[in-house]
Amino acid sequence: MSQEQTYITSFCSLQSGQVNINHSLAFSEEKIASPASSAEAIANEGSSAEALPKERASSAEALPKERASSAEALAKEDSDFLKSVYKHYQLNYPKFYKMDNLCKLAFITSELILKNNPLSEKYKAEDIAIVISNSASSMDIDQEHQRTISDKNNYFPSPSAFVYTLPNILIAEIAIKNSIKGENAFFIFDTFDSTFMSEYVNSLINTGKATCCIAGWVDFYEGNYHAFLYTVEKQPGILNRKHAPKELEKLFLHQS
Amino acid sequence: MKLETYIAADNIISPLGFTSEENFEQLKNKKTGVQKIASSPYSLQPIYAALIDEKKIDTEFKKLNISNPFTRLEKLMILSISAALKQNQAIDIQSKKTLLIISTTKGNIDLLDPAHTAGFDKKRVYLWETARVIQEQFKSPNKPLIISNACISGVLGIIMAKRLLECETYENIVVCGVDILTEFVVSGFQSFKAVSADIAKPYDETRDGISLGEGCGTLIFTNRKERMQANVTPILVKGGAISNDANHISGPSRTGDGLLLAIEKTLREAQVPASAVDYISGHGTATLFNDEMEALAITDAKLASVPMNSLKSYFGHTLGAAGVIESIVGIHSMHTNTLIGTYHFNKLGVSKPINILKTTQQANVNTCLKTAAGFGGCNAAVLFQKQAVL
Amino acid sequence: MNELIDQLKGEIIEQLNLEDIKKEDIKNDAPLFGEGLGLDSIDALELIVLLEKNYGIKIANPADGKKIFQSVGTMAQFIQDNKK
Repeated sequence: MSQEQTYITSFCSLQSGQVNINHSLAFSEEKIASPASSAEAIANEGSSAEALPKERASSAEALPKERASSAEALAKEDSDFLKSVYKHYQLNYPKFYKMDNLCKLAFITSELILKNNPLSEKYKAEDIAIVISNSASSMDIDQEHQRTISDKNNYFPSPSAFVYTLPNILIAEIAIKNSIKGENAFFIFDTFDSTFMSEYVNSLINTGKATCCIAGWVDFYEGNYHAFLYTVEKQPGILNRKHAPKELEKLFLHQS
Repeated sequence: MKLETYIAADNIISPLGFTSEENFEQLKNKKTGVQKIASSPYSLQPIYAALIDEKKIDTEFKKLNISNPFTRLEKLMILSISAALKQNQAIDIQSKKTLLIISTTKGNIDLLDPAHTAGFDKKRVYLWETARVIQEQFKSPNKPLIISNACISGVLGIIMAKRLLECETYENIVVCGVDILTEFVVSGFQSFKAVSADIAKPYDETRDGISLGEGCGTLIFTNRKERMQANVTPILVKGGAISNDANHISGPSRTGDGLLLAIEKTLREAQVPASAVDYISGHGTATLFNDEMEALAITDAKLASVPMNSLKSYFGHTLGAAGVIESIVGIHSMHTNTLIGTYHFNKLGVSKPINILKTTQQANVNTCLKTAAGFGGCNAAVLFQKQAVL
Repeated sequence: MNELIDQLKGEIIEQLNLEDIKKEDIKNDAPLFGEGLGLDSIDALELIVLLEKNYGIKIANPADGKKIFQSVGTMAQFIQDNKK
């Protein structure tokens, strides 16, 4: 089995009211940090590792916004943030509003890495892999489904909620939007496992089961959300970042 | 040089028994675990489902002399993994070279109901917490790998075992697939109007939906040939693949192209042509769409004449456990050269003339293809082969 | 009837999470499925839940939904004919 070096060719993280694309703060709840309001602008943001502004926009240094107190209010706040990111980037996908919070988060993050690096234009549908993980599974919508069956006198389980009570549905949403038909798997870890993820994705590419991969972590539960998605390819591309555990760990923890 | 993946031990826990042998015997005797459950905490109306006797679980669990409290799901896992390990003392779960893989769709989701927490902390609903207590119980030095990928979770667990054993990171892998019957899941499928009014009828022209079930299946794999059980025909995992329909989040592709891709990739990896497949253990959930989709994929893969069954009318649809439980039955079918008839199947009701087994019969079973599909448009296939044929 | 249709439009938007659609966007006789709103099989099941939850009307067989859910107009007519 050949052990060629693979590379992270684009990445995006959403956490604490901020969107970071290829290590540049692109959007923030407080203030729009960059003028990115079109696909072109998104593409330009990730054009060169050296050209990326080293300083973050001043809003990133601002004190964290005061958060709501109840779980329900937190979920609404986070859900509203996702909708504002969706609108800001004009992602224009009617199915978006039907998705649960976890899938909305996965969808937005995947759109932002793929607009930057459209894998479907370079590789065959059945050769693109999607490998994603999280900690809370689909617990956010699980609670919602549980709520609809708690009162036997007001018993109305919702099929559109139930269908989302499986974490791998977020893979489906990405696959459907981009017509990706290759290897896919969803894993649960208590925290992002950069060693397993890099080894497994590398093995898929090195054994020819995939030519590239969308991978990472998408978690949404009780006022905490964190999405970190990246594309892995055999060529270094513009970013020239090695796909390796230490590198993934740094990016996950938001270090340069 | 890629290492081979050998089967070292197996166990099934279902309403049909607490060992693989017991289960297989019941299947041969045409006994189903799917029963009518009149009124229950699982559903407002009566349903047909496969439920394991609570008293039997407790009786068996007491024999293990474990004092720590475990949930119903965890008891099934501990019982099943223990039984499989007992079968093959060459497998050391406390070794750094042994990994546990857990495949489940919802784990301890029954704990989400405030009326059924049984004193367990809400933290126990996290799958990694469930995995941690199991790891601790067996004193395994490695964090278990947890797969939660809808109804292909079981087959995916087996495929992951093969892929990990090939690259020598581990020598042994214990795959445990498990899911329990819960109101959470029953109510969800009812909202989809996908639950059958009677015992499910896979591939049948009058099929009207699924019968849910619960169970636990454990398969132990090793890449060390000498650790296989003595006097047992070696059976290997020769290929496996996963694909996505990229069509709809709950409905399968109308053409079966996703499952076809998974099957073709599996056969190619195993270097087994369609003509050499002796038996197919289908997904066969008995919904209108799934069974039709499978028929199309099987036909396009040139497997239409291969004897095929679905075991879901015996076990119910056991979700995360299905791929493991049904693969074990396939393995025992290979050991005994017996093909199990599809319970409650009468007349073919799909658009392609696939070969659905009606009655249990003897046959040379040297290869077994297991297929699975799940919510999220995912598909998986895995091929088992007897070593004598190589 | 017009009141019912108007109310129903609001309920459909809420039940199906059609956040970017307004009542004015839904024409009384426009097809709900296929073109028009482009609803799918899960939405059809949700409309069945809507009928039961808001109007006490049970539909056992989802296949019956095709005729009933053709448009908001046919849905409103069905409700009027069957409301408990």
